[in-house]
Amino acid sequence: MNNNEIYIAIVIMALVNYATRLFPFLFFRKKELPPFLVYIEKYFPAVIMTILVLYTLKDISFVTVPYGFKEISGIIFTGFLHIYLKNYLVSIFVGTLFYMILIQYF
Amino acid sequence: MQKEFKKAFEVSIPVMMGYLVLGFAFGLLLVSMSYDWYLAPLMSVFIYAGALQFVAIGFFNAKMGFIDIAIASLFINIRQSFYGLSLLKRFKDTKPFKNYLIFALTDETYGLLTSIKEDKTLSKKHFYFYLAALNQSYWVFGTLLGSILGLNIHFNTAGLEFSLTALFVVLCLEQYKNLKNIYPFLIGGSSALFSLCFVSSDKMLIASIVISIISLLVLKNRVINEQ
Repeated sequence: MNNNEIYIAIVIMALVNYATRLFPFLFFRKKELPPFLVYIEKYFPAVIMTILVLYTLKDISFVTVPYGFKEISGIIFTGFLHIYLKNYLVSIFVGTLFYMILIQYF
Repeated sequence: MQKEFKKAFEVSIPVMMGYLVLGFAFGLLLVSMSYDWYLAPLMSVFIYAGALQFVAIGFFNAKMGFIDIAIASLFINIRQSFYGLSLLKRFKDTKPFKNYLIFALTDETYGLLTSIKEDKTLSKKHFYFYLAALNQSYWVFGTLLGSILGLNIHFNTAGLEFSLTALFVVLCLEQYKNLKNIYPFLIGGSSALFSLCFVSSDKMLIASIVISIISLLVLKNRVINEQ
């Protein structure tokens, strides 16, 4: 994208983002949420986070050598770090460092 | 006023660490893909949504259409549409800060606002405002630092984009801790894999979202009964 397109994209994202945060203040002043929305609210965040993990890997080829081995190792390493240390900064920082070393030296 | 600021600062320290580091990574990443350095802080001021800003770099690279960007942004941030529900009462009588408080309602600020006990000796609206504004200032400052340093210091950033993958892996694990239900992850994972295989890469995110919502609705009984 060139800068003008990026500016438009930023405006769109800023507006949509503000709209999602404003939504309940406009429409649910007193009313209860309909059950359909309660269901989506509970489970959709987990769905989208999983999609985003794969989305970030969309340009990696899993059918040629090394078959996404570095990415999968990075994910497993980051996951283990997070399960054992429970500190999201350490998990993200050290996980990324681990992946960068794999990419740059192997 | 002084007291509210002091309390807000104390409460915001854990967020400061997180936002400085992640903001820094965001700025560095955007500059490493040779976009102009000021775009990163601009986004942190006007969008102010961590996950969306990181993913936006992918939108720029893929030259994604504006409508697709709007739809994807909506679904990436849809969880925030439910945050306000538990804050309707707390945000009453917070004028003239109310619009900013709503704008600045990130995951972390929401977490702080809903978990701190009310202190009757403090002016609530000032305390909330300082807290929200401090958090955003950390995010903007981290971003600025990352983009300026990234511009001036050259080191091998190959693999830096994995910070985004790592972020979402961590967010997935946090979601699992709360839900203890594997179905939403299976639905998300299989929708994304399907789209990766059969849809062009610039449409992959939108396709995954649509397929996953349909699956989530079709499998509703299964998902709920798992728990």
